[in-house]
Amino acid sequence: MKTTMQKKVIVIPCSGIGKALGSISREAAYEVVESLRKGVTETTCLALITSGDTETLQLVKSNKCITVDGCPLQCAEKNVRLAGGDVAASFRVVDALKENRKLKPKTVTFLDHDGQQLSVILARDIAKKVDELVEK
Amino acid sequence: MVDLPEKKVGVISCSGEGCVEGTISRVATRMVLEQLRPDQTVTICLPLFLAGGEEERAFARYYPTITVDGCEKKCAKVGTERYSGKPASSIVVTDLTGNPGCSKSPSRRQLDREALILAEKVAQRIAQEVDEVLKHWR
Repeated sequence: MKTTMQKKVIVIPCSGIGKALGSISREAAYEVVESLRKGVTETTCLALITSGDTETLQLVKSNKCITVDGCPLQCAEKNVRLAGGDVAASFRVVDALKENRKLKPKTVTFLDHDGQQLSVILARDIAKKVDELVEK
Repeated sequence: MVDLPEKKVGVISCSGEGCVEGTISRVATRMVLEQLRPDQTVTICLPLFLAGGEEERAFARYYPTITVDGCEKKCAKVGTERYSGKPASSIVVTDLTGNPGCSKSPSRRQLDREALILAEKVAQRIAQEVDEVLKHWR
């Protein structure tokens, strides 16, 4: 009997390592896939997509993807599109920061309070988008 | 013109989101940058590097790099070799654990005590490699 894998929304952060913005993108993605929308979402390694891993490419081509980028260079979105992935929505931490100017995230390795808070705000927006995509 | 720093080693981590070892590679790299060898190292954002960041590619072409990968797929090493040049050294987290493959538990998001100890061990190993690379710098 042939089994069909349940479709999921794939949430892919840039995980940029130089600034807090990249860490916030990563934390927001985990908040969605491990907490807010566990079961209907999953994440995968962006590096595997860019290095052309066959299984990972298949995953992003056959499921809707949401990219989460730290900065305006939008590496996650660019890399997923280049790989032929189905980018249904894209988010940027810088935009969330503009809307929440009182938050000043600074630390990179382990997020400080403001970084955590911003990641939760962003994760809620991503979760709403997941709901829209799942309903379609 | 690209503005390159003087005598620095680039540490490139895969930061793989899909497994615990990817988070360990990331945390270990940051430990080196922030605590162990802050004046001797810089990091390069792998997704930007792969998306065509000219400054990142130029750095890796002319300066020594150390890649830090979570699993045996070695995306950071493969990407560096493909777009710039052979890294001076390559570290794979699963080589240090003896457990091949990519694990999803206990948590990819927040490292537990055991994983943090492993990250520190990986960071020490990166720092040793940085010292070796600088010793042979020409």
